[in-house]
Amino acid sequence: MITNNPFSGLSELISPVAMQGFVLLMIGLVTISTLLDIMHKKNVKYFFDNAKKAKKSAKIKLTSTQRTSVILKTVVHDIATTAELGRGKRRVAHVLGMYGTIIFWTASVLLIFSFPTAGIKTPASLTIMWHVGAMMTCLGGYWFWLFLRVDVLAEAHPWYRIIKADLFVLALLACATFGLLWSYTQSSGMIELSYLFLILFIASNLILFGGVYWSKFAHMFYKPGAAIQKNLAEADGSRDNLPPLADAPKQFGLGIKREQPKHY
Amino acid sequence: MSTFVYMTRCDGCGHCVDICPSDIMHIDETIRRAVNIEPNFCWECYSCVKACPNHAIDVRGYADFAPMGHSVRVRREEEKGTISWKIKFRNGKEKDFVSPITTKPWGKFIPKLAEEASPNHGEINSQRLYTEPNGLNIEGDLPTISKDTFKKGVYY
Repeated sequence: MITNNPFSGLSELISPVAMQGFVLLMIGLVTISTLLDIMHKKNVKYFFDNAKKAKKSAKIKLTSTQRTSVILKTVVHDIATTAELGRGKRRVAHVLGMYGTIIFWTASVLLIFSFPTAGIKTPASLTIMWHVGAMMTCLGGYWFWLFLRVDVLAEAHPWYRIIKADLFVLALLACATFGLLWSYTQSSGMIELSYLFLILFIASNLILFGGVYWSKFAHMFYKPGAAIQKNLAEADGSRDNLPPLADAPKQFGLGIKREQPKHY
Repeated sequence: MSTFVYMTRCDGCGHCVDICPSDIMHIDETIRRAVNIEPNFCWECYSCVKACPNHAIDVRGYADFAPMGHSVRVRREEEKGTISWKIKFRNGKEKDFVSPITTKPWGKFIPKLAEEASPNHGEINSQRLYTEPNGLNIEGDLPTISKDTFKKGVYY
């Protein structure tokens, strides 16, 4: 199964051009929906207004080299490892899901655009990437959704209670799960089941990429921006009006250790 | 001044939900971020402001002076055991304060009542509170005052 390119098998039923058109349609849906979301929430306007305010109260004027350095550090330390989630299971689950999704989507695009038919031999590394990416997405996503969601962990709601905020994570999990099941049934010769999972895979993709306006999908664009702005504000001394790091005398001692938020 | 949440900063970790003594910090059902559902019931204890690891919760100033650019923000550094406040006045004046964290660990000073035996009728009708006299850290019984020593006409 892991060396199976499900898209080359699909090319007998659907032409590669149609598959490539579907990918472009999904990219278009994400772009348009994110722009609509920005216009509706006015969050980018708020973000730039806030950045202007921060610039006014800056204590140090950063050079372009310093700004670039801060941005690069943020990308490597904060964004690439989702540092805002602190140390713990949520961060591990998020990193698994994030990299799993990136690998899964990248491999999907490469498979569809470069190796869409059975006539072209697909490198095993690429199909392994596609399957491993989907598995990582499932591992991180189900772990988060079943155990680590704040609704379950801190608010004591049952895991099966679904709310609008679950649209993104559930659609993403459906994509990865149905994708894997489609590949497995296709490679095992279970034709009817493979068609069923193919339909479910397409439907979950449509919900995931078509539902950007109503889901949390766009957080993957906003969060890096917010992290960069936060670190730039720390570097230029404006610190979003936060107090400076404490020059603590020794007698202050150790504070209490932060515990998991589940004392409901 | 009640609290509010910056949605771009919040990551929905639930620390504020966990700590709020008024149970008004909840998770929004659309975007899964924290929200103060009832600012009027906020005790203004700022437990949530201090507990937030992302500085995503802030103090909402009163409407008459908030637009003039004041700010009340806090930074909690557990490894140093400090809690720092920065007060920015509407005239631009700034003041910084640093204090030790005095929060007690979860459960240490809170009796686990569910594990205790149910009180009997006498204990229910007693004037004593649950932890008395042991909780007062005194030797022997509670001090008593004889009614004979009371000044007549004052207490009855």
